[in-house]
Amino acid sequence: MTSIQRTKIIMLSIVAIITIIAGIQLYQHRHYQIPIVAGPGVTEVGKLSDYHEGIKGTMADTNVFFLEGKEEGGTMLVIANTHANEIVAGLTGFMLVENAVIEKGRVIVIPQYNNSGSRNTRSGDGYPLFFDIETTWGSKTFRMGNRGASPLDQWPDPLVYVHYPDHQLMSYIDIRNTNRTWPGRPDGPLMEQVCYAAMELIRKENIDAVIDLHGAETMFPVTNCIVAHDRSMRIATMASLTVKAKEGFDNHVEPSPSGFRGLSHREVGDFSEAMPFLLEAPLPFLDQPTGPKTMDLLLVGKDPFLLSLSKKGMLFVPYDEEGWPIRNRAGQHTSVILEIMNQMAKQYPEKEIIATGIPKYKEVVDNGIGYYLTDPSSVDSSRIYYE
Amino acid sequence: MPIIMIMYYILSICLIGMLFFNFIKEKESKTDILLYLIVAIPFILRVLRIK
Repeated sequence: MTSIQRTKIIMLSIVAIITIIAGIQLYQHRHYQIPIVAGPGVTEVGKLSDYHEGIKGTMADTNVFFLEGKEEGGTMLVIANTHANEIVAGLTGFMLVENAVIEKGRVIVIPQYNNSGSRNTRSGDGYPLFFDIETTWGSKTFRMGNRGASPLDQWPDPLVYVHYPDHQLMSYIDIRNTNRTWPGRPDGPLMEQVCYAAMELIRKENIDAVIDLHGAETMFPVTNCIVAHDRSMRIATMASLTVKAKEGFDNHVEPSPSGFRGLSHREVGDFSEAMPFLLEAPLPFLDQPTGPKTMDLLLVGKDPFLLSLSKKGMLFVPYDEEGWPIRNRAGQHTSVILEIMNQMAKQYPEKEIIATGIPKYKEVVDNGIGYYLTDPSSVDSSRIYYE
Repeated sequence: MPIIMIMYYILSICLIGMLFFNFIKEKESKTDILLYLIVAIPFILRVLRIK
């Protein structure tokens, strides 16, 4: 055997080992199923494909949880994990499904809106594949997803994404971003079909308010806020003022720009009767000038570089040595959702929604998110679904 | 699966074949040998529908 042949065998073996190890990890991530317990308030569970056949049997299809009260009232749709790397959204969705009980009106929750994106990752940015949330019964493992759908499910990307129906030119990658593909179309790329299915759900279920949960960089101005369509502005403003006064956290209001298309807070308002709101909570992990992308940064949000930038006034949120723990961000989301329900009932009494079991900001901060997650082994298997 | 996706997979298989052909044919440069293998990784993962 020559020297070059020996080198080839060694290199081939090393690369094969690396490929197999990486391949197994990526395969396990894509196919890992997160159990979600249909809580006491869940009255029905459907699929998003019930509203548009085109996504049936694909990785884009996802669970839809219905929580219906005994009395008639308003209907709210809560969408989580539109961007599956903004983990606070998905965790809030899980808390709602497993804890909320609706006395009046109806709440519909989609905890894993971009299901394909939740099975994608961004290894080049050091994204962990999984993260754990500590609970009273052990730790629960979640997938850490990506902003866009997996190319395995929607490919190829165009050179430029031409938004439908406005023809606005966008970045090629946004064709896999379910917060750029609203309102969608039945025969478009898969993520446009996901948004079309959601629009069909909104129209057929007579949704009054749509809440799209997100997380955003601390250096991005649209963070720690409620983005509101023109028709949602009054409720958003009152909700923002009320949580500040009653619960002590900032959540300012940003108007939905009419010239920036494809976003839920714009298109849902323009193409349906529903009032859309998009909630952003700070997510230091997404900021670029941080230290290593560790699990601690993801869940606790402490970073020396962001702290230094904060002291120079370069962040758009308050930031100190405590970071931005995930429990604070999830607590903000649950409290703002409750306050939007409250304000909607004040302005439109016929659209009142009365919910119990949804923890408020202080409760989530004090108890942690894990406290509100149910042990799947403690319930009947018919109440367990997989995300 | 749309036709363009199928064509992409066929293209990926062709590229993997070309890279391995060059890998086998290469007689001198160790850097090139390594690069052929590294470049092939994403195509292999894609054809296997892993990433």
